[in-house]
Amino acid sequence: MRWRFAAGLSTVSIAAILAGQTSVLIEVGKAGEKGAIAVPDFRGSGAAQQFMGTFNQVLWSDIEQSGLFRMVAKSMYPLNVPQRPEEIRAAAPAPAGRRGQPSAPPVGGLALRDWSGPPVNANYLAIGYTGVQNNQLVLFAWLLNAGQPDLANAQIFGKIYLGSLDEAGARKVAHDFGCDILKQFGAECLAGTKIYFVSDRTGTKEIWSMDYDGSNQKPFTKYRTITTMPAVSPEGSKIAFTSFLRGQPEIVIHSLETGRRLLFVNQRASMNAQPSFTPDGQHVVFSSTAAGGYAQIYIASANGSGLRRLTTARAIDVEPKVNPKTGRDIVFVSGRSGPQQIYRMNIDGADIGRLTTGEGEAANPSWHPGGQLIAFAWTRGFEPGNFNIFVMDVATRQVVQLTHGAGRNENPSWAPDGRHIVFSSKRGRATQIYTMLADGSQVKQLTTQGNNIMPVWSR
Amino acid sequence: MGSKTIRSSHRKIGAMLLALTLVFAAEGCKKKVPPPPPPPTPVEPVKPPPKPAAPKISEFEAEPSTVERGQPSTLRWAVTGQATEITIAPGLGTVSATGNRQVFPSSTTQYTLTAKGPGGADSRSVTVTVTQPAPPPPPPEPTPRRTISQILAEDVKDVYFDYDKSEIREDARAQLARNADVFKQLFQEYPNAALVLEGHCDERGSAEYNLGLGDRRATAVREFLIQLGVPTDKLKPVSYGKERPQCTESNESCWQMNRRVHFSAGS
Repeated sequence: MRWRFAAGLSTVSIAAILAGQTSVLIEVGKAGEKGAIAVPDFRGSGAAQQFMGTFNQVLWSDIEQSGLFRMVAKSMYPLNVPQRPEEIRAAAPAPAGRRGQPSAPPVGGLALRDWSGPPVNANYLAIGYTGVQNNQLVLFAWLLNAGQPDLANAQIFGKIYLGSLDEAGARKVAHDFGCDILKQFGAECLAGTKIYFVSDRTGTKEIWSMDYDGSNQKPFTKYRTITTMPAVSPEGSKIAFTSFLRGQPEIVIHSLETGRRLLFVNQRASMNAQPSFTPDGQHVVFSSTAAGGYAQIYIASANGSGLRRLTTARAIDVEPKVNPKTGRDIVFVSGRSGPQQIYRMNIDGADIGRLTTGEGEAANPSWHPGGQLIAFAWTRGFEPGNFNIFVMDVATRQVVQLTHGAGRNENPSWAPDGRHIVFSSKRGRATQIYTMLADGSQVKQLTTQGNNIMPVWSR
Repeated sequence: MGSKTIRSSHRKIGAMLLALTLVFAAEGCKKKVPPPPPPPTPVEPVKPPPKPAAPKISEFEAEPSTVERGQPSTLRWAVTGQATEITIAPGLGTVSATGNRQVFPSSTTQYTLTAKGPGGADSRSVTVTVTQPAPPPPPPEPTPRRTISQILAEDVKDVYFDYDKSEIREDARAQLARNADVFKQLFQEYPNAALVLEGHCDERGSAEYNLGLGDRRATAVREFLIQLGVPTDKLKPVSYGKERPQCTESNESCWQMNRRVHFSAGS
């Protein structure tokens, strides 16, 4: 296991490095320290080949999106790509390049040295191929440490993966292999996680879902009214949102296991909105005008019973989010000191304090799975409405800005791995959903149709 | 028929005379037959006493003979001769020998004038035809009743707010007072009507905060209208936050148009 630590890629820990502008709260791996990985295109035999375009795209994307590696461009690769470890030969003697001249690109590729040396300079090499057995897609895949002198030490793992003989199967085996690679480096695999979001592509705002890489987009609700502001319970069994089903905004909860609507008794009020869950999924916090007057924060059982009011301000209080780790504190948005800012309080409503400085307008707090950080949207330094994504250490109130004026950036939500953030951004005429690493890098657009907003990353 | 009878009786008389002649001839040839008695002088008939003249209706008419219901017709009559009783039925009873009376029959009626006297009786009838009057013209079409939506569109205006504020501005107070009068009138005309107070915001704040802000604006307007005497139970606040902007440009004039409470018909 020496390769693992030597690579210095175990960067999932929250390192509150707070040194000026370059500070990061989440160290996702500095580019210079990242290991370089070469992922040549895999080929398929017979009927498997038609799905290899999808396979290669998904595998590359999974590894790249992890942010764990520097991806070596395919144009740098040698002409020969080994498909099995058996094809790898012992290193040939170093070509006698002329003194002072850069060595020519290797025409070989069947020696590990062809990959670890210039110009590829890869630390790792993923190889394999697919075939069809019993009408199934079979992937044979290996991850090699290209820096090792001989094959015996180079092979990190080799594995066989099965999938259906279609696009979905190609996608699955690519995700599975990609996941195994990431796990080798201590990263949580996001393949299989889902992003719920709001889309108006059918004409009305509905809740939609997609895979974490933007594939497989499909509607979850068909209420044909304004249905918006989703939240998923931390354990992943329920989704709650706000819908105008009966004319006024009210809370609707569905099971994610059956898809069916669950009982939730709304208060008699002009507004019951923005529900989110306690870590066990047994309670919801939300914003309601149940007492008349301003929208305030309430907590109730997951069916709406046992209502308790948590805030009593003559100001608008919205967007409560319970700490998913401790279940003991709530962040929310309030206009009690002027323009909307982010506040924190205990789960019983006591000990309220403002987290943001009062500058600009702040919104959309989202807890990191570890319960120490929040991501949020803030207009600090910009005109009203021009939100950017920030991360804050709740204990120290230190912040890091992740987007810098490219579009209007809102509703950040942490991935289960605690290293990625999904958010919405209006960078053209429409608002779309993007993912990025928690240091603001690796921005990837996931949606294109209609307006897509308010993403929530769930297990 | 009379002449035939006469002819046959002449024949019988002739036959009888012949027979008598033959009998007298056979027996009386010896004796002289006495002459027949002279025919009796015809009795001068006794003149009966002169009968009184029977009453006679010389005139009975209705003028005009056709009337609309409710309009009069005049019956005019004259009876000559000796009459002891002159009546017009139906309805008029005993009348004098000559006269005229207005009648107002409600339907076509036959009036019968009867004159009775020692010398006889006479009667005559006239008919007064009654036509139904043309139905009155329908009342003039009332000015068509405006729907609630029309009233709201024509007589009610939105009220506007400052950025991130739900306080009722001075210009909004004046407009709400005018709106309140319209609402009170509307609720008299449509007692079952209800209104939705839609709270809207501009695009700049977060959608979540704006849902609360729109609610606050709608509620503030509701409270203001209640103070002006608009019935409490008729006003339903609904916040649309920034979900339904009426203007989508990113400039202040557009933002101001969206920071509003709009009034729509409720259910």
